[in-house]
Amino acid sequence: MKWLTKVHDLSEMDQLAKSLSGYLKPGFVLGLGGDLGSGKTTFTQFLAKHMGIRETVNSPTFTLLKIYRNGLPLYHMDVYRLESIGYDYELDDFIYGNGVAVIEWYPYIGQMLPQEMLTLNIRAIDEKAREITMEGSGAYARIVEDLADRYSH
Amino acid sequence: MIVMGVESSCDETSVALVKDGKTVLSNAVLSQIDIHREYGGVVPEIASREHVKGISLVFDQAVKRAGIAFSDIDLIAVTAGPGLIGSLLIGVAAAKVIAMNFDIPIIGIHHIAGHIYANNIEHDLEFPCLALVVSGGHTQLIVMKGHYDFQIIGETADDAVGEAYDKIARVLGLPYPGGPLVDKKAALGKDLYKLPRPLIDSGDFQFSFSGLKSHVINLHHNMVQRQEPFAVEDICASFQEAVTDVLVKKTKEAAHRYAVKQVIVAGGVAANKGLRAKMTREITDVPVYFPGMAYCTDNAAMIAVAGYFKFQKTGKADDYAINGDSRLELK
Repeated sequence: MKWLTKVHDLSEMDQLAKSLSGYLKPGFVLGLGGDLGSGKTTFTQFLAKHMGIRETVNSPTFTLLKIYRNGLPLYHMDVYRLESIGYDYELDDFIYGNGVAVIEWYPYIGQMLPQEMLTLNIRAIDEKAREITMEGSGAYARIVEDLADRYSH
Repeated sequence: MIVMGVESSCDETSVALVKDGKTVLSNAVLSQIDIHREYGGVVPEIASREHVKGISLVFDQAVKRAGIAFSDIDLIAVTAGPGLIGSLLIGVAAAKVIAMNFDIPIIGIHHIAGHIYANNIEHDLEFPCLALVVSGGHTQLIVMKGHYDFQIIGETADDAVGEAYDKIARVLGLPYPGGPLVDKKAALGKDLYKLPRPLIDSGDFQFSFSGLKSHVINLHHNMVQRQEPFAVEDICASFQEAVTDVLVKKTKEAAHRYAVKQVIVAGGVAANKGLRAKMTREITDVPVYFPGMAYCTDNAAMIAVAGYFKFQKTGKADDYAINGDSRLELK
């Protein structure tokens, strides 16, 4: 299931993150795609806020992974640097863990991702607006359907 | 007191011997930069393998150059985190082997504490002291009221400074590691583009570089699309001006607010010439120190210095159960 939508500014992106946050549960895997500067970390920050995380959620590029634990754990990954190698053994426990895995640049580690997951690809239209393509397989298809439905009314 | 430092948190394998937290007897560094360059960044698994290959050699070099025996070492200080877990574990395991074999106490050090203490090699830290930590993984302002006492008063809400530099370099087509190249090109360009100075007037010590990064990427993208002529040097110069304006202004404000006796800059971006020049020019009422160029990038001498002061302060070492922690917090 695939759904294409548009957010005109940050507050609309925040709103989308809020809507999605209602579906999060242990083991949830979200892949974020899009060029540098498209808003992957920003989306993650919004999502974290709606998960009740108060700490600063900043870029995990350097260590590949940052963990936030209060309530449902958030495993925030950025696999930008794995482009030419395709995997990292340390991430396995977190992608298949008991929290929410958010993976920026997920296509770079395609081989270690689960069959069923949600992906969100962000494309910059101009400085503020973004086109977002949400795609879900397996149980995640339902979520995409649901969100598309809610947004069409 | 002779402290052996061991550092392997990212892509440099290093062992050093430092006397009394001050005099560097040796600082052997094996850099993997040439290996990672072809991948456009540090590849964690390759980094681990290279650490394994190089670490024995680096131990030998450090001890030989210092002209001492293993039995002369009083303490081993090893980077326990943060960093790449596979890389950290190799340094920690090797340090433990030496510690157990020669019955030397061992102490785990936070990588950023090491970068801060790199400054003590040339200038004794004086308190209260303000540290601006700028690297590929960190952007923080830290107040120290005494040795091994860290209070983080501000940090980045998104990208680290060094990370923004590397990402912009990548978009501009500069090879890895791009940060130093952006600095070099900036010196040849003009500050032509009006770029935002994120949070410059926020009144607190928080930073944000993601929006500025996106702004530069958009600017470049639009000029390419419209086939407008531009010089990469001018983009670099404009970006560097914006970044250093924010860093310097906030550091200056923090220095006043906390009435510090000195300002020190730490981390890989401390090697940035534009930042060094502007810090020295703008902050004139308290001394501003930078580590020597050799101690800006990752090295074990700084870990040994930090180890010395941590041991002096706490009076105790860690036990052999010490391990690497990729997300260790600075305490």
